[in-house]
Amino acid sequence: MKQRPKSNLGQAQAETIAGIPVRMWGRAVMTAGLLVALLLPFAIKSFVIFQLTLAVTYAIAILGLNLLTGFNGQFSLGHSAFYGIGAYTAAILMDQADVAYYWTLPAGGAACFIVGFLFGLPASRLEGLYLALATFALGIAMPQLLKLMPLEPWTGGVQGIVIMKPEAPFGLPLNADQWLYYFTILIAAAMYACAVNLIKSRTGRAIIAIRDNPIAASAMGIDVALYKSLTFGVSALYTGVAGALGAIAVQFVAPDSFTFNLAIAMFVGLVIGGVGSIPGTLFAGLFILFVPNVAEEVSKGLAQAVYGVILIAMIYVMPSGAAGFVRAIVGRIARMWP
Amino acid sequence: MELLAHQVLAGLATGGIYACLALAIVMIYQAIHHLNFAQGEMAMFSTFIAWQLMQWGVPYWVAFSATIALSFVAGVAIERLLFRPIHDAPALSHIVVFIALFAILNSLAGSIWDYNVKSFPSPFGSRSLFGDGLMSSHDAGMIGVMLFMLILIYLFFRHTRIGLAMRAAAANPGSARLAGIRVGWMNALGWGMAAAIGAIAGIMIAPAVFLDPNMMIGILLYGFAGAVLGGLTSPGGAVLGGFAVGVIENLVGTFVPYVGKELKLTIALIVIVAVLTVKPSGLFGRSIVTRV
Repeated sequence: MKQRPKSNLGQAQAETIAGIPVRMWGRAVMTAGLLVALLLPFAIKSFVIFQLTLAVTYAIAILGLNLLTGFNGQFSLGHSAFYGIGAYTAAILMDQADVAYYWTLPAGGAACFIVGFLFGLPASRLEGLYLALATFALGIAMPQLLKLMPLEPWTGGVQGIVIMKPEAPFGLPLNADQWLYYFTILIAAAMYACAVNLIKSRTGRAIIAIRDNPIAASAMGIDVALYKSLTFGVSALYTGVAGALGAIAVQFVAPDSFTFNLAIAMFVGLVIGGVGSIPGTLFAGLFILFVPNVAEEVSKGLAQAVYGVILIAMIYVMPSGAAGFVRAIVGRIARMWP
Repeated sequence: MELLAHQVLAGLATGGIYACLALAIVMIYQAIHHLNFAQGEMAMFSTFIAWQLMQWGVPYWVAFSATIALSFVAGVAIERLLFRPIHDAPALSHIVVFIALFAILNSLAGSIWDYNVKSFPSPFGSRSLFGDGLMSSHDAGMIGVMLFMLILIYLFFRHTRIGLAMRAAAANPGSARLAGIRVGWMNALGWGMAAAIGAIAGIMIAPAVFLDPNMMIGILLYGFAGAVLGGLTSPGGAVLGGFAVGVIENLVGTFVPYVGKELKLTIALIVIVAVLTVKPSGLFGRSIVTRV
């Protein structure tokens, strides 16, 4: 794609606000945010906790999409398929094999990594809209495949699978919603740390180099096809883990939860959060979970129209997503009070 | 063998529908180099306007022309009001605005005209050609209208000054501006034309699939697939791609076991993706060569 989001490697190192480097401010905000996130479950209703759990889950899924689109420049309209594979892997393992819920995450991730890598191999030949069509085919195919008759003993067909919500372990004084929320936050923190380190590593630089100029990257000795497929795999892995978490949180999987609409929602989240921004995906997760509900509140009949208007307004106010918006504001403040 | 021939014929009839939309998609792609996800909904909305005019007693061809004119103006207005202010935003942000437009048009049509299925008249009647109801006179008329449109578009882009200016504006906006072409207005014109072609496509498609706010969603997918298969740089390729998708879909539904209606789209898409891995810029598209 034509887009070249600014890399956030070594961003704004020289900038300071009130004599303190911007990077330190960023850390302070992150820490404060994490603290609030940890204390929040004691202040809000169970249902809101459940929604927040889902929002964090979506954030992980969008992070996966961002690794692919934002950092590697590959476009995907089919990540709902990986979310679905992760969710179904978790549900089938818990339902059929009585596997503990925490083991289903690596299983879902691994399954998605394999599928993503294998899909990425031929897809690495395609670019831009052609890749969009190929991934789109994947997104369309997934709910249909899950409904297939021969797979019904495992997938439960159209009915789907119902699973149990895990209780808090070690006799912790938490209810199931609270525990799952903390569990999700823990997994999310680990996955975000991994993503940040991946992007900062030699591999990450190769991934970004392919986005910026594939020809130059291959001239520098980067195996473009291999790295593209691997990025596809890792991206699918993230989304798959998110899918598994989502299945555990919702306690139910069915083919129609993983349609193309989910892929569109993830894509919208990606752009609204900021293409190529890791913290932006958190905002994205919250956005795609809560904003459709807000639109519904405004007008039941015209909910979609309201949602559309909100989207357009967001793009007008922040054309390069929340991340770009924050960056611009921080830059302005830094110039005012260096 | 007879079954095969029948299915190919039926596939061509549905393929004509996809080809209509594929043509509209490629048109706007040529003008603005974006794939417009809201194209189908714009066509649907135009069709509803035509339907409303006819409900008010306006004769068919008057309603037809009025709708095309209105759609053209609306297309230009959308470009000027919605996309002009964000023309230097990243490409992916534009796609989000397309999605927003899709949601708005779909929801608005639903609330103005409700979600009940409505029938739409055809100027060609619905007599059955070739017996068995495989291809009706409407299908044939639709294919005729579309081929006529294709010729007009070809003549416009190849043999008029303004067509040349539009191509230049899409291919290289910077140089086109330096040569005195008003790139912004060329984009707006492209939008207007795409909306008008979409309106014709919608009016032609509606008698075959009936009119409701969601009528275009499935067709858009096929039209998109057809356009990409044929190559996004070639209007003729898009039309052929649309027909090919219709035929492939029909043959797959008939001859591949276990598939039936449900997996038709999936298989068709898989076939297309397989073609694309061999010819990555579509069957008739030019591959873009860039200078390093």
